[in-house]
Amino acid sequence: MQTAHPTTTHPGGHDHAAPHAHESHSGGFWSTYVFSTDHKMIGMQYGLTALSFLLFGFMLMVLMRWQIAHPGQPVPVIGPFLANLLGPGAARGSISNDLYNSFGAMHGTIMVFLAIVPLAFGAFGNYLVPLQIGAPDMAFPRVNMASYQFFLLGGVVMFVSFFLPGGAAQAGWTSYPPLSVTIPTDGQSYWLIGMVLLISSSLLGAVNFIATVIQLRAPGMTWMRLPFFVWAQFVTAFLLLLAFPPLEAAGIMQLMDKVVHTSFFLPTGLAVEGQMAAVSGGGSPLLWQHLFWFLAHPEVYVLILPAMGIVAEIIANNTRKPVWGYKSLVGATLSIGVLSFIVWAHHMYMTGMGSKISTFFQTTTMLISIPSVIILTCLLISLWGGSIRFNTPMLFVMAFLPMFGIGGLTGLPLGLNYADLHLHDTYYVIAHFHYVVAPGTIFAMFAGLYYWYPKYTGRFMSEFWGKVHFWGSFIFMNCIFLPMFAQGMAGMLRRMADGGANYSQARVPDAVGGLSPQMLNLHTYILWAAFCLGAVQIPFLINFFWSIKHGRPAGSDNPWSATTLEWQTPTPPPHGNFATAPHVYRGPYEYSVPGHATDCTPQNQPD
Amino acid sequence: MEIPYTTEPRPDTGLYNAKLGIWLFLASEVMLFGALFSTYILLRVGAVEGHWPHGWLNVPIGTFNTLVLISSSITTVLAWAACKMKRYDRFKFWHACTILAAITFVCVKSYEYHDKFTHYEINLNDGRIADGHLVRQSADEVVIHGHFVKDRKELFDLKAPGLEKAEHKELEFKRSEIKKMENYGPWHHTYLAIYFTLTGLHALHVIGGALVIGFLWGPGGKLWKSDPERFTNRIEVSGLFWHFVDLVWIFLFPVLYLL
Repeated sequence: MQTAHPTTTHPGGHDHAAPHAHESHSGGFWSTYVFSTDHKMIGMQYGLTALSFLLFGFMLMVLMRWQIAHPGQPVPVIGPFLANLLGPGAARGSISNDLYNSFGAMHGTIMVFLAIVPLAFGAFGNYLVPLQIGAPDMAFPRVNMASYQFFLLGGVVMFVSFFLPGGAAQAGWTSYPPLSVTIPTDGQSYWLIGMVLLISSSLLGAVNFIATVIQLRAPGMTWMRLPFFVWAQFVTAFLLLLAFPPLEAAGIMQLMDKVVHTSFFLPTGLAVEGQMAAVSGGGSPLLWQHLFWFLAHPEVYVLILPAMGIVAEIIANNTRKPVWGYKSLVGATLSIGVLSFIVWAHHMYMTGMGSKISTFFQTTTMLISIPSVIILTCLLISLWGGSIRFNTPMLFVMAFLPMFGIGGLTGLPLGLNYADLHLHDTYYVIAHFHYVVAPGTIFAMFAGLYYWYPKYTGRFMSEFWGKVHFWGSFIFMNCIFLPMFAQGMAGMLRRMADGGANYSQARVPDAVGGLSPQMLNLHTYILWAAFCLGAVQIPFLINFFWSIKHGRPAGSDNPWSATTLEWQTPTPPPHGNFATAPHVYRGPYEYSVPGHATDCTPQNQPD
Repeated sequence: MEIPYTTEPRPDTGLYNAKLGIWLFLASEVMLFGALFSTYILLRVGAVEGHWPHGWLNVPIGTFNTLVLISSSITTVLAWAACKMKRYDRFKFWHACTILAAITFVCVKSYEYHDKFTHYEINLNDGRIADGHLVRQSADEVVIHGHFVKDRKELFDLKAPGLEKAEHKELEFKRSEIKKMENYGPWHHTYLAIYFTLTGLHALHVIGGALVIGFLWGPGGKLWKSDPERFTNRIEVSGLFWHFVDLVWIFLFPVLYLL
């Protein structure tokens, strides 16, 4: 099957773009939409589920922001509803401290494990990786289906835990024992079971991604012709494959502690509420932290690498020139993959693990910032001299670069042992990693949604409302997170249900380092910014669903005039993806090649 | 387009998809068990001097189970080789042996578990400690077959030199005499916690592997008639998993029984 020049190669030259979503599917509703083994449908399932969780996690955050700004006051409008739904934790419609804690723990868990990772890896990865390497599907379609179903089940378990008598898990997304084990709620057990399911889902996905990239690359698709997005997903899959199992082991052990009353993480002499705990003791709380962060630091790169992959694709396409330093990008990504396994304990400087170990992890942490900066620099230089098309995806990508820059650079003081002593566990940390993940990764996800939307549906999303969505999100994201740097440096701790009122100068005028009224007043301002950020997502949601049927038709299979293989298929790609087996002749970013008639040369176009 | 390399190897990697897939899966399994072994090390070095148990497990039984699993690895290879040589009857025989070995292993393991769950440490109100296996119990009395110790430390190192094997006999206690009574379950000591977690997880792997091999031996064998090469690949992939499960036990046995 080496038909060198399939009819779909010419950008814009083949009108196959009328949306006819059902041509690719045969079979009934259940086998098409629920128990599908097609990577594109599974990608959609991941995407829609993850976007729902993203919205849910965001709403938890808005409720928390209300509580922080107005501690103990009933939540306006939806307060009575909360009281009915969640019982005593939300009595009179106000958020109790326990409920605040569970919202905090679940906001983190949901955003990381149920929203961003499934969106970045499950949705974009599933949909695009097989298309971009010229494969008919994932290597193991049924394993792929199982991966989504484990994920969904894990999500359901997490969600259900809110309605248990004691409420959902309350010990933070990090679930540090002994606290997590001793809080009297089954929510923690649900959290652990949910995590084990989510980890199993990731493992199945990771095996599938790696096998697919290694085995199913189309003829001619050599490693150095892979789009950068595929490289990013490939390294991400390795991180998930090797970093997640230790947390699975830790989750099983904490579940044993919680349910069977073992003492893996419970030390000798543990007292709970003034009583000696009836456990054998001899366990190590620090062990959990090691196992947790052994996953959770690579997890940071799981969150950011796919986003960088998306950014590279969109930059190349919209600057109409190759990404700068493709080999450096690939090398830096691989270095990040390796180094991310030896930086985990920089989350644990305050545990007293010893200055020598701290110094080691401080060194590796500084080292890993080098490949991160290489990637960002390559992406920035890629803009140089380009004739940039400022469409909605490109705007989000352009915002990603400085926002991720802020997030990354503010991480350096946290990676340094001494600076971290002051900043640890403050709002500075919150601001730092939200800059990486929210205006960083989430912006890249939005960019990806706008960019590949014509491939899923054959129609564009509205540019005007896209720009409204972009500018609103850009402004309000910064209004939310920028003040937190100041609050954190002023000493405001994270995880406090009263937003620091207890430590304010107003309450204890003589205390050294009490929080000033200015710092506390920022809460009100952040609350409004969060509310407005929610409001500007409404045009996005409407745009997203309305454009499926009513958007401007894409007019061709390759409306952005892109080079990579996913644009050289019918729209939407049918089951099996390619009309004829593609053959790859060139690298992924042959834009504006001097002497060529068109400004883009698809990878499957022969010389 | 069909998915390529489901049966035949891809020329540049030399692997068919499932073989690569199982190796990747096993890499993640190494990390899973690696974390648990690390836990073992941390708990052991963190234990108070003299409070880490020695000799709590029966070495001959463990050795027997080790031999059972090693033999099953051999029969697994022979079953795969039989498929390669197109001898389905021999495949049937060798994998029947594998399945029998798996069942034997799980039975022996359940016996060992049962032994731990019926083994009690009883703290009496007068400060004495009795230790032994439960004979019978009722609402107001408990009978064990065991012995008294003066210091709880004596219960930890059963391999200590000079420790004479205490005489075991039937001991009767009234419930009212007993302050605390706890069997040797995972809650009793972190050693037992990691023992039950590691061997339990391993036993789940044995059972899972045996179910897959059992399926291929029984109803899954239909594939032999239609696509023998693909069937042989399945035997190879399930065999790789089985070898891994054996290998985990090869580490578990010395760590938990001998050290």
